[in-house]
Amino acid sequence: MGKATKKSEPVTDTKDKTPSSRKKKYFDVSFYHDWCKSCGICMAFCPQKIIGTDSKGRPVIEDADRCVGCRFCEIHCPDFAITVSDRKPKRRINDV
Amino acid sequence: MPTPAQAIRHEYLRHNKKFPHVWCPGCGNGIVMGALLRAIHHLELSKDEVVLTSGIGCSGRMPTYLDFNTLHTTHGRALTFATGVKLANPALNVVAIMGDGDATAIGGNHFIHAARRNLNLTAIIINNSIYGMTGGQYSPTTPFGAISTTSVYGHIEHAFSIAELAVTAGASFVARSTVYHADLIDRLIEQAMQKRGFAVVEVISNCHVQYGRRNKLGGAVDMLKQFKEQAVTVSRAEKLSPEELEGKTTIGVLVDRELPVSTEEYKKVRRRAHESGDKV
Ligand SMILES: Cc1ncc(C[n+]2csc(CCOP(=O)(O)OP(=O)(O)O)c2C)c(N)n1
Ligand code: SF4
Ligand code: SF4
Ligand code: SF4
Repeated sequence: MGKATKKSEPVTDTKDKTPSSRKKKYFDVSFYHDWCKSCGICMAFCPQKIIGTDSKGRPVIEDADRCVGCRFCEIHCPDFAITVSDRKPKRRINDV
Repeated sequence: MPTPAQAIRHEYLRHNKKFPHVWCPGCGNGIVMGALLRAIHHLELSKDEVVLTSGIGCSGRMPTYLDFNTLHTTHGRALTFATGVKLANPALNVVAIMGDGDATAIGGNHFIHAARRNLNLTAIIINNSIYGMTGGQYSPTTPFGAISTTSVYGHIEHAFSIAELAVTAGASFVARSTVYHADLIDRLIEQAMQKRGFAVVEVISNCHVQYGRRNKLGGAVDMLKQFKEQAVTVSRAEKLSPEELEGKTTIGVLVDRELPVSTEEYKKVRRRAHESGDKV
């Protein structure tokens, strides 16, 4: 009593095992610059080396298509300033 | 659907507090705070059943930013207040968040006795080897020879290991991680919060401002790289000699054992006293 008991095990294996799921997944990485302190952690440790800096030393994504969605940047940002999200499929122009 | 990071930011941060938080750029305290929130989120605890207590220090600021029942108390007394809360309402999930100075210098006695009593509490100790908030004085975990503002020519005392102290003092669960291994912190805090008994998670962290800089260890990024290089898992450490383990940090679960828990024993002893029929 009084300590946590796990209420439900969330579904961790959300991967679709069908052949089409081997298609590359894309992610979007966004920075909340109002909270970022330009500490350099995300730029230094991104395994894909796709986080660069702007002229003020703030992080910018250089090539979002190469992001592997590992979330290393997100969980190591001491300032809660990074969001990594699954990229939503883009709507075609005449797809209203 | 918000991403997990968005959900945590919206749900658990006190948005009436000033953000970005007060900690220096790159300070490991923020990484530990994220891990704590992910662990609580993953355990699906309601905010009302969680209590966070802290003492004084940079690390002690953490609960003030978080939307649970929180107590920002006096230096070294996070565990004393946590003990009081737990005895008053054993159903609550109580977590004490401390710095190395807070937990093992001024609060050292409370720490060893909380472990000895084996109270059903969780203790998170952010060990940055220094008194960060007050300007870099040495703490009980500052290594021999290190430079601090109170050991400018090199520290002449020896550091002790917080995790080993907790094991010897009788804690049910003792684990260690570093801020580089952030996902491990999530898992260890989660295990600690579920553990019946006193559960300690020591997190080796960077105070590059007061400690790293003086000891030529570089900034936050450099210190995180060092944590990565120095870390060995418990299973690998078992295969290494004491010489090979010199300068290494063992990470993972160091002890996980079932022991009587005083908060439960207290209920039993009251029943025994009642049943004895003695007029006390
Ligand atoms: C009774 C008392 N003594 C001394 C202090 C001064 N003081 C404030 S924080 C601190 C040490 C903080 O070091 P640590 O616990 O390692 O936390 P950090 O700042 O490194 O996170 C001290 C000595 C105080 N606030 N209260
Ligand atoms: S880790 Fe966070 S605070 Fe540091 S530079 Fe990146 S976004 Fe900014
Ligand atoms: S999620 Fe991983 S790969 Fe993508 S930007 Fe962050 S660290 Fe780099
Ligand atoms: S002084 Fe050290 S512990 Fe305190 S906020 Fe700065 S880096 Fe973190």
